[in-house]
Amino acid sequence: MSEIRNLINITDFTVEEIDELIDVANDIVENHSEYEDICNHKKLGTLFFEPSTRTRLSFEAAMLELGGSVLGFSEAGSSSAAKGESVSDTIQTVGCYVDIIAMRHPKEGAPIVGAKRTTVPIINAGDGGHFHPTQTLTDLLTISRKKGRLNNMTIGLCGDLKFGRTVHSLIEAMLRYEGIKFVLISPEELQVPDYVKASMDKAGAEWVEVESLEDAMPELDILYMTRIQRERFFNEEDYVRLKDSYILDLDKLSNAKEDLTIMHPLPRVNEISTEVDDDPRACYFFQALCGKHIRMALILKLLGIKREA
Amino acid sequence: MNIDGVKTGIVLDHIKAGKSMTIYKLLRLDKIDNTVAIIQNATSSKYGRKDIIKIDQLIDLDFNVLGYVDSNITVNIVEDGKLVRKKHLELPETLDNVIICKNPRCITSVEQEITHSFRLTDRENKIYRCVYCDAEHKVK
Repeated sequence: MSEIRNLINITDFTVEEIDELIDVANDIVENHSEYEDICNHKKLGTLFFEPSTRTRLSFEAAMLELGGSVLGFSEAGSSSAAKGESVSDTIQTVGCYVDIIAMRHPKEGAPIVGAKRTTVPIINAGDGGHFHPTQTLTDLLTISRKKGRLNNMTIGLCGDLKFGRTVHSLIEAMLRYEGIKFVLISPEELQVPDYVKASMDKAGAEWVEVESLEDAMPELDILYMTRIQRERFFNEEDYVRLKDSYILDLDKLSNAKEDLTIMHPLPRVNEISTEVDDDPRACYFFQALCGKHIRMALILKLLGIKREA
Repeated sequence: MNIDGVKTGIVLDHIKAGKSMTIYKLLRLDKIDNTVAIIQNATSSKYGRKDIIKIDQLIDLDFNVLGYVDSNITVNIVEDGKLVRKKHLELPETLDNVIICKNPRCITSVEQEITHSFRLTDRENKIYRCVYCDAEHKVK
């Protein structure tokens, strides 16, 4: 019997395995009918101990499109967690009913606890501010589809780079590819943590920290926007000073490359003006679509199911 | 002061001065039947002052706990009055239920009866990280 695989952190997969997932995700689009019933009689448990829109629905859509079915809960209040049941017990129980589990939990490391108590694969759909590996897979698929490669490019990451888990995971994942330069655009208060800088140095990556989005714009191949949150600032003055600097609008895009790819993990609040949505460089809703395709590929990989040649 | 030598048992030498009682409690030496001698503030050519614990019995020691509390400790195993084994300790690769994760966002803060596990990620700087949340713990 083969070993049960889980996805807790993006580094659980090798670069080759990520390439393989991207290939399957692309094949799903090209040969959609071949995948319609591939997960017939398989069940996905979606255990969301905290609310989510995109991640939960994309997991559910992914499994349904593969011909499988879905059961689960969308908030802790509608599960036995509300009665004080432990994560271990919940996962062990649900593992008796389903073939694979996608779980989101507000506490960091909860999926590791879950994985120890079941023999079905566990997918981390977000554990607090810790990891969100399927968002990173989504980002990698989006970049791959838009650029045709995952190496040799300049990636601008803009906004809250201190607390943004998607930013840290994306940097960690992209460090494994050649020729990546990171332009880290944020106020001083929200720069990436030291351990992320240490990782970039250790990997020999080129990186630079700047405060101005306009100045950084011309050299970017990818612009990854994140939300700046008021509660992260120590004083209101700093927030007011900086909040508008990172609202992306058509004016700020005037000196950007023609083939820039604008990404955002969503939800956005006001950091990308809606006037940008119709610009061909805006890819954040395409990114959401990629999220479904890569989750389909992930479910197949963890269930050990392949399309017949 | 006259402390008899150990005939068959264990001598924990080079304990950092003042840490012997911590080790006594961690190893639960109050539970064993034979003689246990604690020597505090003994003169040490290596460290100036040191503590020593002599246990007049061979017991299973948790070297992970000892190595974490004080990696300079030397463990001497004595049988029939002769030193048969000397073990120098080092920081263990993993620690289970020795330290508690202090990150309030960690699953260990709410999940009952969970093993608090840490792995050594930087031996030079004595840094452990929680296996669940990656919170840092630096050994003092």
